[in-house]
Amino acid sequence: MLLVLLAIGLIYGAYDRPELFAQYIIIGVANGALIALIALGYTLVYGIVELINFAHGEVFMMGAYFALTVVATTGVTTEKGWLILAAAAILALLGSMVFSSAINWGIDRVAYRRLRHAPRLAPLICAIGFSFILQQMAVYWKGGNPLSPPALIPSEYRAYNILQEWFGLETRIRIRPLDLAVVLITIPLLILLQWFIQRTRTGKAMRATAQDRDAAALMGIDVNRAISIAFIVGGALAGAAGMIAVYYINSARPGMGFRYGLYAFTAAVVGGIGNLNGAVIGGFIIGIAWSLSDGFLKTYPGGHFSWWGAQWTPALIFGLLVVTMVFRPSGILGETTAEKV
Amino acid sequence: MARESIAGLIAQLHQSKITRREFTQRAAVAGLSAGLVGNVLAVHAAKAQDLPEAATIGIPGTPHTTDTSKGTIKLYSSWPFTGAMERIGGHAIEATYMCLEDFGNAAGGFAIEYEPLDEGIAANEGRWDPGKATENANRAINDESCMAYLGTYNSGSAAISVPLTNVAGLAQISFANTYPGLTTSFEGATEEGEPDLYYPTGTRNYMRVCPADHVQGDAGARWAIHENGRSKAYILHDNSLYGKGVANVFALIFAQEGGEVLGNDGYDPRASDYQSLMTSIADAGPDIIYVGATVDNNAAKLLQDMRGVMSADDVTFLGPDGLNTDTFVQGAADAAEGAWITFGGFSADALVELGGPGADYVARIRERLDLGETGQPDSYAVYAYESMVVVLQAIERAGAADRTAILDQMFGTEGFVTLAGTTWSFNDEGDIDNPVIGLIRVVDGVLTFQGTAN
Repeated sequence: MLLVLLAIGLIYGAYDRPELFAQYIIIGVANGALIALIALGYTLVYGIVELINFAHGEVFMMGAYFALTVVATTGVTTEKGWLILAAAAILALLGSMVFSSAINWGIDRVAYRRLRHAPRLAPLICAIGFSFILQQMAVYWKGGNPLSPPALIPSEYRAYNILQEWFGLETRIRIRPLDLAVVLITIPLLILLQWFIQRTRTGKAMRATAQDRDAAALMGIDVNRAISIAFIVGGALAGAAGMIAVYYINSARPGMGFRYGLYAFTAAVVGGIGNLNGAVIGGFIIGIAWSLSDGFLKTYPGGHFSWWGAQWTPALIFGLLVVTMVFRPSGILGETTAEKV
Repeated sequence: MARESIAGLIAQLHQSKITRREFTQRAAVAGLSAGLVGNVLAVHAAKAQDLPEAATIGIPGTPHTTDTSKGTIKLYSSWPFTGAMERIGGHAIEATYMCLEDFGNAAGGFAIEYEPLDEGIAANEGRWDPGKATENANRAINDESCMAYLGTYNSGSAAISVPLTNVAGLAQISFANTYPGLTTSFEGATEEGEPDLYYPTGTRNYMRVCPADHVQGDAGARWAIHENGRSKAYILHDNSLYGKGVANVFALIFAQEGGEVLGNDGYDPRASDYQSLMTSIADAGPDIIYVGATVDNNAAKLLQDMRGVMSADDVTFLGPDGLNTDTFVQGAADAAEGAWITFGGFSADALVELGGPGADYVARIRERLDLGETGQPDSYAVYAYESMVVVLQAIERAGAADRTAILDQMFGTEGFVTLAGTTWSFNDEGDIDNPVIGLIRVVDGVLTFQGTAN
């Protein structure tokens, strides 16, 4: 009943203040794309070894710090030409992907591989341990305070509204180049991942390992290699998300992976953990719920939630997780796709 | 140059014709052994002129002896100083050490040992942790040689440690707690039962050398309306005891003074993005946003996202002392430009301009922290220095390793002259009776003192 009332309120809000509502959706989609990229790493690893890699959020955070470092090392500033700026951005993106992949692969090699046949709790605790270790490493590496990334985007483009500047629309809806970039980088990566999993030999080996590890081994598949590749690919996606996040949110701090990681885990579960499409859908759901809760819910429906504040957003999102677990334990796409990963 | 006679030097020292420092230097030239120099100094009470200029603050006329024949007194401090709190906490510790060294690591006939305890934990990015707050307080309480407990930084942490030190009869003095409810009751800003619930014995043992938030919030709200010309405020807080408290006082006074409060909400300090929150606030049409928060609660990111939808020309950003640190300015980068902050006291630059002990303090703390000639030590480090002076002078007056006697002397501090040259006394509740609220603004990326707000 509450959900119905909430839905009616939101529909009315969208009708009453369409531009404001659209703005929240745009912010939610951009954040959702980031969450989806991280969630894919969770779901990829879970799909193949049934492990919730709680260190994944911190792998994302380390990617963000590495991207900062790469850009700072190149010494590129906004006075340089677009080509040089783009080259530095691509270098940082690829660098953070490789760096996060290496960390994720290293964690698997050092700890998880040794615990393949241990009780499930062992690698889970191990993952939490690595999460704290990586946070501390980040504190020692860059300090505990928030860092702003070196300028890679000319300041006039930070508040640039594509709808007004490119299309001449008189609207309060704001789409910045950064909002667009987040989605435009994320979507090709998702398509590439789908292609990799569905079409390549390695992807098929990973899917076989996910279905039945022993049978895959009997068929000559190197199971450990397939699992390692899952960690490498998941890490690369986390690294890409780190690079995008550091410029999208314009800061990095050691704790950034904790909240993004939890939201991404929630997205993976809501979408159906182990299912790639589910992770993406879950990411967008969480991103939009986050955005609406932070801004829209207080005013609509009908001002009945005027006591609502942004501090309740985590409760709402984890409430979504609980509701999903209770009413659809396998998640939104958990049962509709026959094959995992 | 002919050697001076040892007896002549000692006579000059006793007649206060030379300082202890001059005596030490000239005695060495005259060939007096280090041991004998120590013996002479040990029986000679230090005079004000022996101390570095910064250490001449406090209650005028309080003697200081460096004799340590009575034994050792231990002092502990507890606040976070790693991770996100490395700068704030680290500077406060350095100021505390500097004060102790200025006083020759001794007071009242005792050698003074000081040990800083970290209240932060790695899992919390270095922020304070309730478990650590309890652990640190218990460590001080259970050390019989501990006569005073310095701290905390966070008011929420003091709410945990004060009842513990209260039962143990241990004096606690904070350089940074500003939540009103720790010492007093203020309608609209404190909770029912405060502050009595923090003092189970019914006797006060806690004091602070910085102004409380009911003074700061009040000054900030009046300044916003009458000086800054603002009339519609949106208020955010980090849900901490401190942040919520100062935000509530600001809201109360802002409304009382004729302003309109459009909202007073908490925000999630661990979130990485506040664009939606700021979009909804911009839609409400405020001309000032007040953020009750400490820097470690993501306030810099909040300001960045605020400036994404509200320009500095249209909407003022005002924050309390918890944001008065370079960490906040660096975190917010360009978005910090033009932001206003209230702070209970004076900035380092203002102290230099005032000259005297404040300028001496700034010059020497800059050197110790390797900040160069213009670097900004954290503003709260001034209070860390002053709170140590309160403790050392109380030990001096008590002259005994007795928790009750030292607590009485600390609480009885009257006419304390600060590094800025202002004077205060502790009132019955442990607050200073003459608080000064300074106004700071970010100009060209630097926290710049603008004057006082009250």
